[in-house]
Amino acid sequence: MTGNFTTHRMPSYLEQQGKYTGIRAWILSTDHKRIALLYLYSQLFFFFAGVVMGIFMKLELIAPGQQIMGPQTYNALFTVHGLTMIFLFIIPGLAASFGNFMIPIMIGAKDVAFPKLNLFSWYLFILGAIIILVGIFTGDGPPDTGWTFYAPYSLKTNTNVVLTVFGAFVLGFSSILTGLNFIVTIHRMRAPGMGFFRMPLFIWSLYGTAWIQLLATPVVGITFLMVVADRLLHIGFFDPAQGGDPILYQHLFWIYSHPAVYIMILPAMGAITEIITTFSHRTVFGYKAIAMSSLAIAFVGYLVWGHHMFTSGMSETARLVFSFLTFLVAIPSAIKVFNWTATMYKGSISLEPPFWWAMAFIFIFMIGGLTGLVLGSVSTDVHVTDTMFVVAHFHYIVFGGAGLAFFAALHYWYPKMFGKMYNKKVANRGLLLLFIGFNLLYFPMFILGMMGMPRRYYDYLPEFATPNLISTIGSWVLGTALVIVVVNLLRAKKGTPEEIDDPWGGRTLEWKIQSPPWIENFEEIPTVEHEPYELTEK
Amino acid sequence: MEQNHTEHVDHFDPVASKIGMWLFIFTEILLFGGLFIVYSVYRYKHPVEFHLAHQELDVTIGLINTIILLVSSMTVAMSITALQTGNKKLTLIFIAVTILLALVFLVNKYFEWGAKIHHDIYPGSEFLMSLSKGDMLFFGLYFFMTGLHAIHIIVGVALLGVVFAKVKNGSVNQNRFSLLENGGLYWHLVDLIWIFLFPLFYLIH
Ligand code: HEM
Repeated sequence: MTGNFTTHRMPSYLEQQGKYTGIRAWILSTDHKRIALLYLYSQLFFFFAGVVMGIFMKLELIAPGQQIMGPQTYNALFTVHGLTMIFLFIIPGLAASFGNFMIPIMIGAKDVAFPKLNLFSWYLFILGAIIILVGIFTGDGPPDTGWTFYAPYSLKTNTNVVLTVFGAFVLGFSSILTGLNFIVTIHRMRAPGMGFFRMPLFIWSLYGTAWIQLLATPVVGITFLMVVADRLLHIGFFDPAQGGDPILYQHLFWIYSHPAVYIMILPAMGAITEIITTFSHRTVFGYKAIAMSSLAIAFVGYLVWGHHMFTSGMSETARLVFSFLTFLVAIPSAIKVFNWTATMYKGSISLEPPFWWAMAFIFIFMIGGLTGLVLGSVSTDVHVTDTMFVVAHFHYIVFGGAGLAFFAALHYWYPKMFGKMYNKKVANRGLLLLFIGFNLLYFPMFILGMMGMPRRYYDYLPEFATPNLISTIGSWVLGTALVIVVVNLLRAKKGTPEEIDDPWGGRTLEWKIQSPPWIENFEEIPTVEHEPYELTEK
Repeated sequence: MEQNHTEHVDHFDPVASKIGMWLFIFTEILLFGGLFIVYSVYRYKHPVEFHLAHQELDVTIGLINTIILLVSSMTVAMSITALQTGNKKLTLIFIAVTILLALVFLVNKYFEWGAKIHHDIYPGSEFLMSLSKGDMLFFGLYFFMTGLHAIHIIVGVALLGVVFAKVKNGSVNQNRFSLLENGGLYWHLVDLIWIFLFPLFYLIH
């Protein structure tokens, strides 16, 4: 089945005409590829909204004293920024957009197991987003609790917490259903010959992620409902005045929210694995180790939530155990990095834009990971917790890791999804600028944290001025770079089949069909005869 | 919503939908699991108050409701067997009985809650606020957990109602009964959760 796509082509899923036309052909479509694009566009929209908020915050922090906003506005801004970025951009993350698009294609299926449920999940996602938006603009102002909604402050503040928390609950529901759909799809829809150990590693990472979504999200869901009930009905689950225990809230919150970090990062690692393998033109090194490390991360990731609470009041033993387990998660993560390096070793690497994005990812992610060890050991954590060090660390992990991988994946699969090729030179330059801006913006925050500047304040002491100024300038560079990158993608040109069907010499199934794919993906369900990354002549 | 898929071969995989339902049931159990954790922590912290507060609850109504749910689980299981043997009328009767039992359960619940509220015991009431912290937490948990469970009953009734209609018009039938099966699974879940709630609130000394 290789090669024949250039001769005879089907109408692509983008052009396909059904009963509905216009916007309804999209929002009523159960095609996984269209739903993937719905997610992609909504997520990018929220991402840019979050970026604008971030840049405003940095503007406030350009110099000591009040610049453009007061404390209440700043508190609301970092809360809404955190909420938007976490719940609306990075938790659906690569799974909802690229996962939706690629899972059926990469395992040789026509769609996911439950197409209608898939569309329903997107509706829930949008509904949750709307509820949060309404919560921000109505009542007594946007929430100012931080995205973590820590009790008892979240029970006492006059701002509109109920709606926002409820919105987050609805989003959780959407995430659960997506995970459920993916698990069943991967179990039931693989093409003949596609055994579990012949699946591309991106699929493995999504499989691990889906289990986390399924098993961790309900816990935070019920926790959010309890917060709502506390506020509306005064039950007092987490209100010390009524016997409730705020620390219990933190436990329940992090039982979900730490695994949620892996919901964000696992698919990112999966996409990076695909990219590195493709551009190294070698089979991946240590296939099983990478696949299993995804599951290991998913599993151990459950048991480390306590490291967010080293200073919240926990027994010495609990702190040591959590600290030890935290170091343990570093192992499967490191396995991946070593395997990527080993895959590149003696490969014939082509330096295309997606590969550069992957390199930027590894570099930045490593800094994030290593500073994570500082936070993972109790003795150092108590010094830098709740400082800018933490802010720098999680931006390095979440933005530099999952966020960059999102763009890496976008550059990698762009020709497949849209049938267009962007200007590679501009893409590379945009990335370079972004890399510089990113480090300018966040690296000074490590230093600020070491110096003792706390997070979540609109103002600071004069001695912190210089690094903050550099950081603010970095935010402008980063903002500019993002605009360049996106405009470049939007200006991509339609390519000939040779240019877009398989531009990188990829070996997984998605590169064996036309770009953009036909509505049914495959004219004939393929039979898989070898390992996913085997080099075959074309 | 299928128009974009006019060319799709109708993809019907009862195993897939059953796996999906089981996974969903896991998530529901975890949802209540969070509440059970909270319950255990607070019971551990306030053993005496929890003990005294539980004596306020009416074991008889609780027991009746337990029996009602157990019987309804049985009737829903029987409806599946009936459909598998092709007896449509019997299937419909069993589903209807299940729904009826669910409604009786809700009515009982209504009177039980009503009595509590009549005695000024409800979350946020002045009387409850004047009691000890353990009492507040016990009744807070009681209303929240049984309330959430009641919502699940209502969802289950709606689900069984849909299944009833589909059995009636024949789209769920002897060869294609996974919707009924999944509805039944959901109903067993609702039952199972009650089996945990009943001793936790009504029985444990
Ligand atoms: C141009 C991009 C960005 C800028 C300029 C930026 C800037 C900031 C700033 C200044 C803060 C507040 C620090 C404080 O005073 O505590 C913050 C907090 C935060 N950011 Fe970003 N950020 C950006 C992108 C992102 C991305 C991509 C994510 C996640 C995917 C993210 C997630 C968060 C979270 C979770 C918080 C914590 C909010 C809280 O304290 O509750 N940010 N960011």
